[in-house]
Amino acid sequence: MGILHRITGPVVEARDVAGAKMYDVVKVGNERLTGEIIKMVGNTSTIQVYEETNGIRPGEPVETTGEPLSVELGPGLLRSIYDGIQRPLDVMAAKGGAFITRGLSANSLDRDKKWEFVPVAKSGQAVKIGDVLGTVQETEIIVHKIMAPFDGKVKDIKAGKFTVEEQVCTITNAAGKEQKVIMMQRWFVRKSRPAAERFDPNIPLITGQRIVDVFFPIAKGGSVCIPGPFGSGKTVTQHQFAKWSDTQIVVYVGCGERGNEMTEVLTEFPHLEDPKTKKPLMDRTVLIANTSNMPVAAREASIYTAVTIAEYYRDMGYDVALMADSTSRWAEAMREIGGRLEEMPGEEGYPAYLARRLAEFYERAGRVRCLGTDETRTGSVTIIGAVSPPGGDINEPVSQNTLRVTKVFLALDASLAQRRHFPAFHWLRSYSLYTDTLDNWYIQNVSSDWVDLRKEAMALLQQEAELQEIVQLVGPDALPEKEQAVMVSTKMLREDLLQQSAFHEVDTYSSMKKQYLILRNILRFHHRAIAAVELGVQLKRIMELPIRERIARMKEVPEEKLSEVDFLGSEIDKAFDGLGAK
Amino acid sequence: MKEYKTVTKIAGPLVFVEGVNDIGYGEIVEIQLPSGERKKGQVLDTQKGLAVVQVFGTTAGINLEDTTVKFLGETMQIGVSSDMLGRVFNGLGEPRDKGPAIIPEKRLDINGAPINPYARAEPRDFIQTGISTIDGLNTLVRGQKLPIFSGSGLPHNQLAVQIARQAKVVSSTGKGGKDQFAVVFAAVGITHEEASFFMRDFEKTGALERAVLFLNLADDPSVERIITPRLALTTAEYLAYEKNMHVLVIITDMTNYCEALREIASAREEVPGRRGYPGYMYTDLSTIYERAGRIKGKDGTVTQLSILTMPGDDITHPIADLTGYITEGQIVLGRDLHRKNIVPPVDVLPCLSRLMNLGIGKDRTREDHRGMADQLYAAYATGRDLRSLSAVVGEEALSATDKTYLKFADVFEKRFIAQGTHEDRTIEQTLELGWEMLAMFPESELKRLKKEFIEKYGKKYRKN
Repeated sequence: MGILHRITGPVVEARDVAGAKMYDVVKVGNERLTGEIIKMVGNTSTIQVYEETNGIRPGEPVETTGEPLSVELGPGLLRSIYDGIQRPLDVMAAKGGAFITRGLSANSLDRDKKWEFVPVAKSGQAVKIGDVLGTVQETEIIVHKIMAPFDGKVKDIKAGKFTVEEQVCTITNAAGKEQKVIMMQRWFVRKSRPAAERFDPNIPLITGQRIVDVFFPIAKGGSVCIPGPFGSGKTVTQHQFAKWSDTQIVVYVGCGERGNEMTEVLTEFPHLEDPKTKKPLMDRTVLIANTSNMPVAAREASIYTAVTIAEYYRDMGYDVALMADSTSRWAEAMREIGGRLEEMPGEEGYPAYLARRLAEFYERAGRVRCLGTDETRTGSVTIIGAVSPPGGDINEPVSQNTLRVTKVFLALDASLAQRRHFPAFHWLRSYSLYTDTLDNWYIQNVSSDWVDLRKEAMALLQQEAELQEIVQLVGPDALPEKEQAVMVSTKMLREDLLQQSAFHEVDTYSSMKKQYLILRNILRFHHRAIAAVELGVQLKRIMELPIRERIARMKEVPEEKLSEVDFLGSEIDKAFDGLGAK
Repeated sequence: MKEYKTVTKIAGPLVFVEGVNDIGYGEIVEIQLPSGERKKGQVLDTQKGLAVVQVFGTTAGINLEDTTVKFLGETMQIGVSSDMLGRVFNGLGEPRDKGPAIIPEKRLDINGAPINPYARAEPRDFIQTGISTIDGLNTLVRGQKLPIFSGSGLPHNQLAVQIARQAKVVSSTGKGGKDQFAVVFAAVGITHEEASFFMRDFEKTGALERAVLFLNLADDPSVERIITPRLALTTAEYLAYEKNMHVLVIITDMTNYCEALREIASAREEVPGRRGYPGYMYTDLSTIYERAGRIKGKDGTVTQLSILTMPGDDITHPIADLTGYITEGQIVLGRDLHRKNIVPPVDVLPCLSRLMNLGIGKDRTREDHRGMADQLYAAYATGRDLRSLSAVVGEEALSATDKTYLKFADVFEKRFIAQGTHEDRTIEQTLELGWEMLAMFPESELKRLKKEFIEKYGKKYRKN
């Protein structure tokens, strides 16, 4: 048993901890607080403690568990809310009250709950790691697959109700040794779970958010970086992605963020319907909440806990979206701990390994062929990371290192947010490196003219920025009518396509079909307006067309009445025909 | 209790005591000076044989030979009681008025503990402050933390007392109530003059008897500033969660708190972060701001209204920046508006209330509230942009619609933002004022408002 030697906040030093290894989980002090060894010099182990260390004294005992930090994986993860080291917050509240007090511990998975296990594998069957042994209906919409933890031959397998610790299957390995299988397994959080093969990203993750799906599509298995100053809408965007993206599983990690925001997710998600299954969103969600005032070392761990759970569901063959809000707080946790270790700091005080850690994390995203005999089972983890750059200036280490490894950059802009243009992504500064690889999918699944429409709309928005500069100098009236007409169209693009209210019951989500129709109609208006101006029709008359009002209301048309939006296309033609400009 | 006379080093506010044993991290110490004077301090670093103590107050008069350090064996606590209402304390929680000592009903650790996110209840009761820019555009709800970002010389104190004076919860039946309402006020490094402004106003309106005041003034030791807000919040949590009160905590000025934090960090020779502030300032600030909220099954709430003055009016300064990332929005005061004599000079564009949607809408305020706020924002932002454009190209070069926006921006500032320090507007008055001003626009410009609301509320203000 080791002895505590020094305490200076969340980092403590212990001497002579028997059997200590790097990254082992240790129990610190008389209250047996959870910690992790992060540095070893001679007989001294430096430990980051996942709980408050006030009142702990030198001389108290320290003991290693001999294992690195791990998560429990098995039925019961969905609908849970965990802290950074996977302690269930609901159980902790029942045990310890409304405040998180020290030394509380609770099992991540409920040990008493019985799950109905339905065998899929037969006895006598040879299985490989990752093969589905059986299933459990975890929530109404998600079937949890129990996967073989090792190769071998199924000796026996039982149907019925079991807890996560009860044996459901026996597998005989090649050496003839019998190993029992339970529904729960552990995995070290800092190690990524293996997959058979990684695929290129060629299927989009449809988010229902028009600016993203139209201009900056996200691929399943891709990685996204959303930097923005406070108040620009990072959190609302993350919530929107969590609610509407077409993945089966959502893992949401609130890393060093606000307590009330997690409460919002907790109260809202059980009442929100998944648009496809009509079941509560919570039924497919795992929440990890390590708010800013909870211990900083657990905040560092929370990201790893989240991504490991995401990978576990990926291995079952699900598409998983991981929302990390915010990775800056995670980086700051590293900085804080690095500072306590008196490490030589890199840029802006962040540790020199910041870039490596960020890259390692985002590399855990991907669309893969899962392990196992079934070669058709694929799953994906898409990582959407929010970044909170100081002062909103992305010339800082966390944003820059994140941009180097992520493929989609959604630039939140404070001035757009201030004029309540939401989502406040700047259309000229954002980018997606997936556009080209996904074009094929859009052409096949949405419309053959999709790519042309998208490119034209983007070109118009770019032209608008150039025209804006001229307007700033000479005023809008000095522009030729044709260019003024362009400005009218781009205003429509901005207000009627890009702007989308997360709080409007219909507007909050747009199907691809609806997005296409809105885009098509605006561009049709644009073509007709340009043609009319060229024929000498006064712009004023075009501006007075009542059809503009209806274009503005397109986004409020519910999905089941989309034919109205479709029909609006021919009405635009009619309105212009009425102007006498064929 | 352990007593030592082994002080070996004094540096800034830090005292190093050697030869000690088993001292708890964060433990409180009592230091007796050679003159007989007693000071308090807290353990920042403890190891076998050495403890580093941060002294509250100056280290003047401490020497290496005759100073006695007594370790009290417990972390910093405050004795709380409902008798604290109506009392004034100093920055360490000792009575500052002439009143008797407090007989504690309970002793609580001033650092508190994080609220379990699962145990939190969603804030949702609309607090009517009677100020249009807040109620209409950046609604405050019970359990929220909404700071005021100000600058030196701006009237943030006037705004804070106006909110404290007018704040009430309007229930759906339309009746307002002030029952079980308390104010906990923490002065952190402000001047005597400012402190007496608050005291006078609390006294005049009768709020003092429902208030607990903690005063650390500008000439009090800066290290105490680390303690003062935590005393206030511990008291607030006690009143809210154990005495079922709705507590409004006003902390002013958080900038002084951060300066004190930096002072201690540099005395400890820590690696500095941005602009010399410690790298853990975000975490540290969060342990203050996050102590606001509602808890399931408890009637009381803690709402936080902290004031900070942005050095150089710079919203990207680390203090304002980190605060904005933790709090649920911000109210920003603008110097331009102040110069134009607009009271309160709330610069609405950078303002935000993240919890607004929880407190507004049908059955809470009014169904048209969200759309109205968005529309006013959009119109004012457009108007402001056009102001700079018209400065370059002249007003004549603008289109008729643009001229309307320009006019709107002026009217909005003069009528909606400006209201004086004693006008208490109901939310209906605020919303109707909004409709009245929007009547100058053609309907096609009102894209943020639903058609049915325009029909229902907007028609009566139209001339034609």
